[in-house]
Amino acid sequence: MSIEEKEQSIIDEFAIYDDWMDKYEYIIELGKDLPLIDESKKTDDRLIKGCQSRVWLDAEKKSGKMHYSADSDAIITKGIIALLIRVLNEEDPKDIAKAELNFIKEIGLQEHLSPTRSNGLVSMVKQMKMNALKQVS
Amino acid sequence: MKTVGLDISAIRKEFPTLSRKVNGKPLIYFDNGATAQKPSSVIDRIDQYYRNENANIHRGVHTLSQEATSAYEEARITIQRYLNAKYEHEIIFTKGTTDGINLVAFSFGEMLNEGDEIIISAMEHHSNIVPWQMLCERKKCVLKIIPMDNTGELKLEELDKLLSERTKLVSVTHISNSLGTINDIKTIITKAHNAGAKVLIDGAQSVQHLKVDVQELDCDFYAFSGHKIFGPTGVGVLYGKEEILNEMPPFQGGGDMIKEVTLEKTTYNTLPHKFEAGTPNIVGGIALGTAFEFLNELDMGAVNQYEQELLNYATKQLSKIEGIKFYGQAKNKTSVVSFLIDGTHPYDVGTLLDKLGIAVRTGHHCTQPVMQFYDIPGTIRASFAFYNTFEEVDQMISALERIIPMLKD
Repeated sequence: MSIEEKEQSIIDEFAIYDDWMDKYEYIIELGKDLPLIDESKKTDDRLIKGCQSRVWLDAEKKSGKMHYSADSDAIITKGIIALLIRVLNEEDPKDIAKAELNFIKEIGLQEHLSPTRSNGLVSMVKQMKMNALKQVS
Repeated sequence: MKTVGLDISAIRKEFPTLSRKVNGKPLIYFDNGATAQKPSSVIDRIDQYYRNENANIHRGVHTLSQEATSAYEEARITIQRYLNAKYEHEIIFTKGTTDGINLVAFSFGEMLNEGDEIIISAMEHHSNIVPWQMLCERKKCVLKIIPMDNTGELKLEELDKLLSERTKLVSVTHISNSLGTINDIKTIITKAHNAGAKVLIDGAQSVQHLKVDVQELDCDFYAFSGHKIFGPTGVGVLYGKEEILNEMPPFQGGGDMIKEVTLEKTTYNTLPHKFEAGTPNIVGGIALGTAFEFLNELDMGAVNQYEQELLNYATKQLSKIEGIKFYGQAKNKTSVVSFLIDGTHPYDVGTLLDKLGIAVRTGHHCTQPVMQFYDIPGTIRASFAFYNTFEEVDQMISALERIIPMLKD
C-alpha cells in the first residue's frame, strides 16, 4: 500500500466514529497496544521535548525503506504516533519526505498537530521527514 | 450556596465568554491562573476607544489626543488609588508582569556590582527566574534561592541565612501560580529591609484574589499583568517607590521618555514617562482602568471567602478520586488545585476534559523547577475565579470519573 492508500484506510476506519468519545477510546487503545520503541532506545538524543508531553523517536533505513519506532509518556500522543508510524513505516524515504499527511486533519485530530499544542508531535513529524531526507541525499 | 456579598449568577452575566459552548458543552473555565475572562465593561471600553477616541497620547494639541491622554492618565490614577500607591507616577504601565520584572532586572540591575546578591524562591514562575539569571550573568552577581518544603511552603527561616550585606534585592512571588501558596510576603519584606535589601513582589496571581495595598506591604516594587485581573492582554503595571524609580536609569530609549534630545546627549523625562518609551498600549491602559473599576465594585473580602469555599469544596470532592495526588498543600492557599491521577498523564486528562467543555491547564505552568522538586512532568491545574460555581466543580468531578477509566489499563 502507498502512503496515500494507508492514509485513506485510516480515514475509512475513523468514519464509523461519530462520537468523539469512541474516537478517543480507539486512539487510546492504539496507544496502549503498540510496543513502540525498545526501552534501551529511550535516550536523550532520541527525545523530542514538548511542553506538554515527551516523545522518543528512532529511525533506521532497512533495505531501502524507513523503519521508525517511537514512544510518548502521554497515551493520546502515543496513539497518534501509532497512526503516523503505520502510515510511514516501510516506505521509501523520498515518498516520506513529500508526504502531506492530510489524514490527521481528515480524522479530526489536527489540533494535536498544532504548534501551539506543544506535545512534541509537530517536531516528531518534522524529525521523521528529516530522517528520511537524510537518506535521500 | 454561601455567597455573602456576591451574586454569582449576576456576575456571570457580565462575562460574555462564560455563556459560550466548547465542543458542544457549556464552557467551564478553570484556567483563570493563565488568564481571566473579561467583563462587558472592559470589552465595551476597548470598543468605544477605537470607535470614538483613538489618538496618540501626550503632547497632542487636538481634542482627540487630549481626550485619549486624559483617559489614559485617569486610568493610572484609578490604579494608584486601588493599590494605595503614594503617587500616581509610581504606577508604570508595562506589557505585563514579565515586562515589569525585566524592567527592574535591567534598570535596577544597572546599579549592581560584581558579587552583589539577589534572592528569589524555589517556587518562582520562569519570569521571576530568567531575568535574574540574565542579570547575574551580565553583572556577575550571585543568585540565591529560598527553599520550599513538600507542602509547597517557603522555608522562611532559611531566608535569614541567605540575607547578607551583599543582598541588593529579594524578588518573590506573592502567590504561586502552580501551587496556589500565598507567601508571607510581609515577613519577607521586613526581613529583607532589615538587611538593607529592596523587595520586588511578583503579583501576577494576587490582585485578582486579594486586596493589595502597596504602602501597607511596604514593598519596593510590585508587578502584575492586566489580563489576569479581567483587563486586556499586553498591558500591566509595575509599581515602584518614587525614590528608587528616580535613582534607576531608564530601561528603554525612545519617544515619550525624553526631556530633550540633541544628537550629542539626551536628558530624560520625569516619572512615570522615563520608563514608558514609545507609544504605549493606550487602549490597554484605559481598559485596565475599567477592570479596576470593576474590581472596585466587588467586595474583595467576599470574593476571597467565596473562592476559599470553592477551593475547599473542589479539594474535598477531588480527594474522593482514587489515586489522586495534590501538589501544593500550603495552609494559606488561593483557589488553585494542582493534581495528578495515578496511571494517567496530565496531557491526556486535559485533552479529554476539553472535549467535555472543561478548560484546565496541564504541564509545568512555567515553573519547571517546581516540577523538578516533585520529580513530575507537570500537573493538571484547575484555577478558579469568583465567577466559577460549585456546580461546575461537580461537573469536573463527573467528567474525571468518566475519562479516568478510559485512560487507565
